[in-house]
Amino acid sequence: MQGSEFKKNRLGLMGWLSGGRYGVERYAYTLHRLTGLAILAYFILHIFVTSARVLGEEAWNTVMGFLNSPAFKVGEFLVYLAFAYHALNGIRLVLTELGFFLGTPCQPVFPYSNSVKRQRPVLVVVMIVAAVVVLLGGVDFLRAFPGE
Amino acid sequence: MRTRESTLWTWHLVAGAVILVLLGIHMFIMHLADFFGTVQGDVLEFSSVMERSLDATFAVMYVVLLAAALYHGLYGLRNIIFELSISERAERVISVLLVLAGVALFLVGAYGTLAVHSAQAGV
Ligand code: HEM
Repeated sequence: MQGSEFKKNRLGLMGWLSGGRYGVERYAYTLHRLTGLAILAYFILHIFVTSARVLGEEAWNTVMGFLNSPAFKVGEFLVYLAFAYHALNGIRLVLTELGFFLGTPCQPVFPYSNSVKRQRPVLVVVMIVAAVVVLLGGVDFLRAFPGE
Repeated sequence: MRTRESTLWTWHLVAGAVILVLLGIHMFIMHLADFFGTVQGDVLEFSSVMERSLDATFAVMYVVLLAAALYHGLYGLRNIIFELSISERAERVISVLLVLAGVALFLVGAYGTLAVHSAQAGV
């Protein structure tokens, strides 16, 4: 839809951050957005950093030496967390956006059901898988610290 | 001619699926392969990095991942900006800027991946 009258955002920043009367999926959305932006920022830096290989071994080692500090390792782990969340939640989004796990329309009779509730188990499953991915990857990041 | 928004969005989802596979492989090699014992040694060692760069399969995977992730990430950013109720003119300017940024970043990344091939070939 073109033209700005159609899409006035009256709530400002709160319209973005607050879950309101929506469920946990509303926060899943906020997190998806934050992680998407975080990964994008990392990715753009990543393109330049890893391109150091064209300058030869010495340049590569200088860059890697610079990045081989606890502070950067913690930062990289945060990016890894963002990746695990965004990737797994992204699978849920693609599935539901294509119409899977939403059920068919039904009468509003007690006990009420709706498509958000019906897809909720998918959210639980993908988050469990994300946690496993984080735990496995966490081992690799822990090894970066002395004493490990 | 304007591309329909739904077409751009469908490519956003397709790119997400491509990234899932390729970034999954990338993350596995960089952070999990050691754990499962499929790769030995430091994957960030220059020799290890060059070994992958010079492997045609890896090179192709990197360039495809680069393109898919740039499209997906920058289109996602565009979506977020457009939700702020900006004017149509601003939307057009931002679209052009994002395309230019995407092409520039693609060229940098593709050069970073492929230049080592021509260096090896003595070009
Ligand atoms: C690991 C595979 C990935 C999958 C499966 C995935 C999936 C998705 C999906 C389904 C959406 C929402 C689309 C919509 O509902 O309209 C999305 C949004 C987004 N993604 Fe990804 N993505 C992945 C990787 C990435 C990467 C690597 C980046 C950064 C380069 C990224 C950046 C973004 C951004 C900025 C958004 C927009 C967020 C928003 O509109 O709130 N994603 N992703």
